[in-house]
Amino acid sequence: MKNLQVTDLSFSYDKEPILKDLSISIPEGEITVFIGGNGCGKSTLLRTIARLLQPETGTVLLDGENISRLKTKEVAKKMSILPQGPTAPEGLTVEQLVQQGRYPHQSWLKQWSTEDENMVHQALAATNMEDWAHQSVDMLSGGQRQRAWIAMSLAQGTETLLLDEPTTYLDMAHQVEVLDLLYELNETEGRTIVMVLHDMNMACRYAHNLVAIKDKTVYAQGRPADIMTVDTVNHVFELNCHITPDPLHGTPMVIPFGKRGARLHFEVHEGM
Amino acid sequence: MKPVLTFRGKTASFKMEKRMVWRLALLLAAVLCACVLGPSLGNKIIHPIEVIQIMFGTGTGGDYFIINNSRLPRTLVSLLVGAALGVSGVILQGVVRNPLAAPDIIGITGGASVAAIAFLTYAAGSSVGIKWLPVAAITGALLMSILLYVLAWKKGVTPIRLVLIGIGIAAIMSAGTTFMIVASSSVAAGQAYLWLTGSIYGASWEDIYIMFPVVFLLTPFALVFSKSLNAQQFGDDTAEGLGVRMQRDRFTLLFISVVLAGTAVAVVGAIGFVGLIAPHIARVLVGRTFGGLITASALVGALLLFAADVTARTIFYPIDVPAGVFTAGVGAPFFLYLLYRNRNQL
Repeated sequence: MKNLQVTDLSFSYDKEPILKDLSISIPEGEITVFIGGNGCGKSTLLRTIARLLQPETGTVLLDGENISRLKTKEVAKKMSILPQGPTAPEGLTVEQLVQQGRYPHQSWLKQWSTEDENMVHQALAATNMEDWAHQSVDMLSGGQRQRAWIAMSLAQGTETLLLDEPTTYLDMAHQVEVLDLLYELNETEGRTIVMVLHDMNMACRYAHNLVAIKDKTVYAQGRPADIMTVDTVNHVFELNCHITPDPLHGTPMVIPFGKRGARLHFEVHEGM
Repeated sequence: MKPVLTFRGKTASFKMEKRMVWRLALLLAAVLCACVLGPSLGNKIIHPIEVIQIMFGTGTGGDYFIINNSRLPRTLVSLLVGAALGVSGVILQGVVRNPLAAPDIIGITGGASVAAIAFLTYAAGSSVGIKWLPVAAITGALLMSILLYVLAWKKGVTPIRLVLIGIGIAAIMSAGTTFMIVASSSVAAGQAYLWLTGSIYGASWEDIYIMFPVVFLLTPFALVFSKSLNAQQFGDDTAEGLGVRMQRDRFTLLFISVVLAGTAVAVVGAIGFVGLIAPHIARVLVGRTFGGLITASALVGALLLFAADVTARTIFYPIDVPAGVFTAGVGAPFFLYLLYRNRNQL
């Protein structure tokens, strides 16, 4: 049984259809990245999978069960979601933030078990945030702050982590820092990671499974090397480009033409 | 690292900051002192020991009447109403994630006021007795909050819509009360004005029988939702992802807040600003975690209104100034200070 299965999903916002009859299965233990142009519905898809939005039609199955029939806490024990640009209350420390991740495992009587404490320590260790545990979240750098939020997701102890554009507003060094962390988590702990990314090259480098979304549905899905073609970029992003293997990683690297690029490409390839 | 107390049993486990436990204990002690100090202060100061003797039914002095019929119920009502307003305010601030929210600012008190003034103007004096005034006020508060909820609903209720619509409703309600006062007879208008300022003058044991169960049932009920409130501070998406049932919890918490504020207003009138200030003081004392914060807000609210009422009835004796004058005198500048401090976030 695949752990996440989306079938015939449709969603509209104010009668404007965003997703239509979309079906997709998320491979377990891999990193899946959704890409697509602005407003193509990739965030909506992630948020529907996370049960933050109710689909109009269609189902999302989590371990074979329809998530709309599961209790909110049951879903939260299996799948965590880190929304885009999350905000923490002023003055909250990293440790307090990470402790919140234990919410679905707690109850009125069980407020702070040994397991809660261990999971928080592990999450801080895995994200390398131990030294900042008592720092206030709003004093951290962008990359550290995102790592603190990822630590909260980890403390939740879920098989699957969903992240909505975890690298937005970060400079390239911090983007790499965050994506490296997620890559490690997948590598060492085998967690299933599903995220939305803007940067095609980063997506190709870190994804096992790439999902390109266009016209309210899936345009292509597969290994980056297989699906990231000039044709795909052309269709999905309406962008002309040249694709060459990344000199370090060998994954596809997209070089957009722009006006000047088109002329250069012509000169190089047509031998003018 | 702040020192914490941890308790772990087989089925239960708790964690509390030591500092918070201490401060809550001190606040509770202060409230207990107020129970004795309130009845002892007044035109004639009665020795605290005698007050305690009278409270436990062993007193013999001639002050029994003044304590039992006037000062003790008045003290208890001010404490209970203050606690109700404090809890109501801290819940609202938590639910709408805005430190400027309070029952009087988003129209709940306004709804209760309109209903109460309408009652004073049109119904009182006829066959309906004045004892139904609290019922009218609570009904007004509830109707108001239902209207607020319906108007703010769009696939769920978001904090910002609640606040904006609440402020609009509060303005309409205040227009409504002004209109009714202008249009009514001068006797009714006088009564209405006194009621609107909020006064604990004439507090009776009946008031306590109403306030006591409301405060002591709803505050623990609110505490059950304190963890949910903690998670809600991260925003709807994150909270939902953590497993919070947002719409259910938000509705329940608002309901608790409205009933607390509505009952308080019903008993003593539209006392302003306690619901706004108490949570802020409580936050300074015990931090932002809602378990401690709700309890502290109750205790701080109780002490605030108690202090306002004692001041009101002793300093200007024999004039009994409404306690609402004092809460507004301290509260309005504080509100302006909060607006100033939060000016970048508005």
